[in-house]
Amino acid sequence: MKKIKSLEMVNISKSFQGIFANKNLNLQIKSGEILGLLGENGAGKTTLMNILYGLYQPDSGEIKINNKKIEINSPVASIEHGIGMVHQHFMLIQNHSVIENIALGYKDTPFFFPKIKIKEKILEFSKKFNFPIELSKKVWQLSAGEQQRIEIIKALLNGADLLILDEPTSVLTPQEAKELFVILNDMKKQGHMIIFISHKLNEIMELCDRVVVLRKGEIIGSTETQKTDKKSLAKMMIGREVIFNIKKEKIEKGETVLNVDNINVVDDKGLLALKNISFNIHENEILGIAGVAGNGQKELAEAITGIRKITTGSVTIKGKDITNISPRKIFDQGVSHVPEERIKFGIAPGLFLYDNAILKQHHLDKYSKNSFLQYDKIKTHTKNLIKKFNVSAPSINTEIRNLSGGNIQKLILGREISEEPSLMVASHPTYGLDVGATQYLREQLLKIRKLGGAILLFSEDLDEIFELCDRIAILFEGKFTGILDADDKRLADIGLMMAGSLNYV
Amino acid sequence: MEDIIISVLQRTMIAGTPLLLATVGEIICERSGILNLGVEGVMSVGAVVAFIVTFLTGQPWLGVAAAIVAGMAVSLIHAFASVTLQANQVVSGLALTMLGLGLSGMLGKPYIGKPLAIKMNSFAVPFLSDIPYAGKIFFNQSPFFFLAVGLALLAWFFLERTRFGIKVRSTGENPGATETHGVNVSLIRYICILIGGGFSALAGAHLSISYSKSWIEGMTAGRGWIAIALTIFALWNPGKAIFAAFLFGGIFVLQYLLQPLGISPNFLAMLPYATTLIVLLLISLKDPRKLNAPAKLGEPYKKGER
Repeated sequence: MKKIKSLEMVNISKSFQGIFANKNLNLQIKSGEILGLLGENGAGKTTLMNILYGLYQPDSGEIKINNKKIEINSPVASIEHGIGMVHQHFMLIQNHSVIENIALGYKDTPFFFPKIKIKEKILEFSKKFNFPIELSKKVWQLSAGEQQRIEIIKALLNGADLLILDEPTSVLTPQEAKELFVILNDMKKQGHMIIFISHKLNEIMELCDRVVVLRKGEIIGSTETQKTDKKSLAKMMIGREVIFNIKKEKIEKGETVLNVDNINVVDDKGLLALKNISFNIHENEILGIAGVAGNGQKELAEAITGIRKITTGSVTIKGKDITNISPRKIFDQGVSHVPEERIKFGIAPGLFLYDNAILKQHHLDKYSKNSFLQYDKIKTHTKNLIKKFNVSAPSINTEIRNLSGGNIQKLILGREISEEPSLMVASHPTYGLDVGATQYLREQLLKIRKLGGAILLFSEDLDEIFELCDRIAILFEGKFTGILDADDKRLADIGLMMAGSLNYV
Repeated sequence: MEDIIISVLQRTMIAGTPLLLATVGEIICERSGILNLGVEGVMSVGAVVAFIVTFLTGQPWLGVAAAIVAGMAVSLIHAFASVTLQANQVVSGLALTMLGLGLSGMLGKPYIGKPLAIKMNSFAVPFLSDIPYAGKIFFNQSPFFFLAVGLALLAWFFLERTRFGIKVRSTGENPGATETHGVNVSLIRYICILIGGGFSALAGAHLSISYSKSWIEGMTAGRGWIAIALTIFALWNPGKAIFAAFLFGGIFVLQYLLQPLGISPNFLAMLPYATTLIVLLLISLKDPRKLNAPAKLGEPYKKGER
């Protein structure tokens, strides 16, 4: 017996600090339908779904189930109405076992001996939807795909007829994504309805019956996927004709800048994250590292920039050994770093713009004299930086936390470029940025390449990798499954290489 | 010789009892993600309230009940500060210790040195207390001893084998995710802090009306701090806390035992604290993942943060 035959969101508006995240949105979905919610980062997709799931309250508008108005003021109310959500960041307790995680969210978990009593029920469900799970394993031991299945099982156990999936494929390998699609299609056949949030056009076209396109908190269009194509969807999503218009010039590569020889690196858990990795990068060259998150990318970036210890092997910059020397000394050798998680590692959020503009250069003679900072010079430098890198900020005397992600990233990039590094290590430089900022940052990276710089680029965005890189290395479980030139035909199978089932090394 | 060993072990159980009670309380509190450094103060309040009520009414169990209520009442301050106001838990906990020590000193002034008329008889478990050696050591003991071990086992059962326990542990690991499952994180933390306060006060009550049967300012003598260290030593597991607490009880007793051998009493008084330091050092050298520490211990949780 299905609780929901149709669901409707009418005239939903929600603003944060005076800025509209959702503006008069209308949405309908019925049984046996997969609805795609397409839009860029910050378009308001997640906000809208968090309202449906009861995490946020709308400023105005109403939600109707089976044409009857209902109140959803908490996730519990939402679950009772038959709505389930798989969040982009999994809501799992990493140190607990799978079964404990399911017991936490399941509404009929008994008070005593919950783990023993719900086991049967879970096994029955995993059989019905045909995906096996190991109940006694701890969540942190599972792959992203397996963790996602737990989230789906949790929702189904609670009797979810409507399943909301927020960017479900962003953490999956292409193969895992395919498996997910099979599961979702099965659910659709059994009469479930699914809202599938994504900014990937291919997935929307492949999976969804209907698609609603959001831009800046408003609905731009709504159509059946069969009556549209990728090109017009892209246009609706971004608001202009062409997605990216970056042309990479052909440049002959120069001398070797970075040489990594047989390094082994251990991760936070004490396990080997990089196993005998070797590669090099030349002047005028961008080497891209592709791979699913957690296959050693973070450790590689940290090892080269001196944040993480290298167990064996060596790293040299223009012939000079920089293995396991301090990050400051590595910086002085001309290695700059645009770290991942820019707010956490790239800036000091509570300090002013001009402080952040010289975070790594404060010790240079031009900015400090007899241990005192030369603020007049620092501020002039910051003003130039802001102008040169298009950072829009009310003033250099504001705390940097008040800036948008794109502007923060532009300032970081400007800071890292300003000492003209011979090697730049850039980790996910455009992650979570809007189209304008993304394009700008990519152009800047190509400019460094043109001026003779070498770049090691980590990205989970394959489009970005293909657009910018001269060579592409695919990392899987701490080893390369391929280092190929960007025009190599074998890169068509990059998905298989990322999943470790194909190896060209 | 035999008698000495039995008597030492018997006293070890008595000395370990308050440590066990306070440690189990702190474990429950910390598993919900709240660090409570106020144990020493709450213990002291429990001790003085239990003593005063017992002294005035002649009813030790009424004294115990009053101590638990008082302990929960003062712990409410820490709960309000750390959960509702999302204040720094270290600061708020330290404040609670100072408040508790001061408050108990003030309340207890008229009672210093007065002997307690009542007696808390040791309780002999039928049949079991007749077992040679073990009977005397384990089954002919202060009622607090049985209470402490029983409560520790019960706490383990609740944390590991009930739905409520899963909620408590999840709250300490990842309050944000727990909230999305419809669990009231603030309520869970309030409950756990109050339970923890009740346990600490119970430990104090044992000290004043059973262990020494008198009140003197500062009689908790750092046991609250040792309990916090034991929480880590027991890897946040009430079951392991039983062994940890009685091991440290033994170190307390060792002081008196070694004194006749000509070892300086000051050095011996240092033993429990020195052991605590060494144990903490050894544990922190271990792999942190295996430590089992609640992931969000000591971090305030802000609801609905974007």
